[in-house]
Amino acid sequence: MALFQIAEPGESAAPHEHKLAVGIDLGTTNSLVATVRSGLAVCLNDDQGRPLLPSVVRYHADGSYEAGYDAQKQQALDPKNTIVSVKRFMGRGLKDIAHLESMPYDFIEAPGMVKLKTITGIKSPVEVSADILKNLKLRAEAALGGELVGAVITVPAYFDDAQRQATKDAARLAGLNVLRLLNEPTAAAIAYGLDNAAEGVYAVYDLGGGTFDISILKLTKGVFEVLATGGDSALGGDDFDHRIFCWVIEQARLQPLSPEDARLLMMRCREAKEFLTLNPEAPITARLNSGELVDVKLDVASFAEITQTLISKTLQPVKKALRDAGLRVDDVKGVVMVGGATRMPQVQKAVGDFFRQEPLTNLDPDKVVALGAATQANLLAGNKTGKDDWLLLDVIPLSLGLETMGGLVEKVIPRNSTIPTARAQEFTTYKDGQTAMAIQVVQGEREMVADCRSLARFELRGIPPMVAGAPRIRVTFQVDADGLLSVTAREQTSGTEASITVKPSYGLSDDEIAEMLKASMTHAKDDAMTRALREAQVEAERMIEATEAALAEDPHLLSAAETEKIKATIAKLRETVAGDNRRLINIAMDDLGYETQEFAHRRMDQSIKRALAGRSVDELQALTPHGEEK
Amino acid sequence: MDLTADFFSLFELPKSFRLNLSELDSRYRDVQAQVHPDRFAHGSELERRLSMQWATRANEAYQTLKKPLERAKYLLELAGHDLQAESNTAMPADFLIEQMEWREAVAEARTGGDHHELEHLHQRLAGDLRGRYDELGELLDECHDYPLATDRVRRLMFLEKLLHEIDDALASLDD
Repeated sequence: MALFQIAEPGESAAPHEHKLAVGIDLGTTNSLVATVRSGLAVCLNDDQGRPLLPSVVRYHADGSYEAGYDAQKQQALDPKNTIVSVKRFMGRGLKDIAHLESMPYDFIEAPGMVKLKTITGIKSPVEVSADILKNLKLRAEAALGGELVGAVITVPAYFDDAQRQATKDAARLAGLNVLRLLNEPTAAAIAYGLDNAAEGVYAVYDLGGGTFDISILKLTKGVFEVLATGGDSALGGDDFDHRIFCWVIEQARLQPLSPEDARLLMMRCREAKEFLTLNPEAPITARLNSGELVDVKLDVASFAEITQTLISKTLQPVKKALRDAGLRVDDVKGVVMVGGATRMPQVQKAVGDFFRQEPLTNLDPDKVVALGAATQANLLAGNKTGKDDWLLLDVIPLSLGLETMGGLVEKVIPRNSTIPTARAQEFTTYKDGQTAMAIQVVQGEREMVADCRSLARFELRGIPPMVAGAPRIRVTFQVDADGLLSVTAREQTSGTEASITVKPSYGLSDDEIAEMLKASMTHAKDDAMTRALREAQVEAERMIEATEAALAEDPHLLSAAETEKIKATIAKLRETVAGDNRRLINIAMDDLGYETQEFAHRRMDQSIKRALAGRSVDELQALTPHGEEK
Repeated sequence: MDLTADFFSLFELPKSFRLNLSELDSRYRDVQAQVHPDRFAHGSELERRLSMQWATRANEAYQTLKKPLERAKYLLELAGHDLQAESNTAMPADFLIEQMEWREAVAEARTGGDHHELEHLHQRLAGDLRGRYDELGELLDECHDYPLATDRVRRLMFLEKLLHEIDDALASLDD
């Protein structure tokens, strides 16, 4: 941690040890973990040397589970308890999920997000994802030989607030400190841009197992600026498998399949898809439990034909993103291909034709996201080395708004706004003496509330009775750097201010997380109390270290009395750290936080002034009142 | 320097309509490089909050100053001329008639699927806007004639919306 500790480029922030941080690509089909070692981003392999972890979890009757290749092998034997592509269910209700009929699971409708009934018990997609993340966390800790300071977890750029929140909850549940949720195409752009010292406008076409993203970025002198993003969070390689699956059923005139047979056939279809990347024709054979033998052949031309609509579905968001960025195809200098599904020749051809240039495929499309995330994690953890000093400016993918009269949406923050961002809007009452107001928060581009995703609904109470139209209710939306939203509402005219901050309704409460953590701890025989104490001690030590560094660096910003006060508070915190009372440590940390508040403000001001120093207003010539709009 | 300082002061730029945009870009990046939450991901709760507030403010300032219409509105607001309060004033008839003619031309080209005509309308309107912004620059930076500038800004609000509609029509022909 650094108390507004800003190092000049080329100079390390403070002499300290290398902090262990990782980037995790939590994919629909496969997940990976990567880190920066000796200045180089590398994927961490499992004990058999494999970088990928299939995103598959199988639950057993005794409450244990396995994740990865072992679970994947068993999927056709035990489809109900072997969860694949769980990412498709994150933050989704039952009605949002496509192809329910070909999935073998026992779904349970729950508010906000579906749940799955397994032999171990009812599992939320958040818990299943957490089990994948735990596996990667263990792998990383074993490889790096210590506890992780934090992780950057990637999400599809087009993930909405519900899906982002669910991902963050899963990481917390896995015991990871989330340094940032990073958009997958942005992660890929970082890996690609830093590797190639790229400058100019780039498009990242990211077709994963279950999601599609397009991002348009401008790369200039170490700044990665996302200009626009778009996509479809329910479109990916899985859908190509499904098209083959439907084709096979039709060709072989199959009767409705059992869950086991359906899973088996789906696996064969996926294999055929991969086979067709390098071969003109793929055989699909399977002996079903029903005794039937499936034996058909799929050629490249037929495959391209049955998947053509999927590919054109990806090009719509591409056009929209370009328009949102105010750019044309010719402005794009390079197209980076990301995600295993971009290996399909018909995808590469369609993208190449659209952008009128050969797409860039020199980075492994499976690894590039994890590598970019690792680079970002390394920077966020404070392992700055100067040469890789860069800044990332990302956007929110979907507009945020409020329900107004008649079920219409009033947009408060438009899509593609650079984050963090905030916007306030004023509303009023429509009845005399109205003392409460319901506020419905939605995300999406459509004009009617019913066509957008509802994120939260809350009531502002205690509005003083006034004539209709007199109260001034100010609703503030704040989107943080993870792309997550919080909403505050406040009545302005009265002396009594009512305000509320909501967390969207599908999100897990802190209590729920704690409960789930406790439940998983009893399995892992981990002592939750000891762990929490240790975490508090580490946090306190970090805080002391950073405060002392700040005092050494900027003593001139404080009076002698202020310095004394801070030093005394540090001493007190140090005492509590030596003990084993977590509560006292937290109190002492709060005290130090309070005492250094003003100091932090002054340091922030100073750093901004320094950033702008050395420039003079006289330099400002070449006046251009417009010209940024195309 | 504090969070309530105006957007020009935040980037230490002169309060004028004519702005060096590449200078604005680079100052925005310099400020974000210092205050962005990525610099404080590992910081204390307070640091993270402060950094989010500053980065949010810098984004808002940049977005406002970058677009000429938003920049003009903001300058008028700083000068105490509230566009909202004056939005009830009727527009002169000749301007409204001109607007109707524009809209008819756009609607016709849209229904006829005439890509070429829409492109042509776009070019014509963009050219018209350039001239109007030049005039606005003079009114704001030299004459300091805020009432007249307010009137011009209100006209530009109509025209920018029209330009947006032409672009939407072009986009719908593309899909």
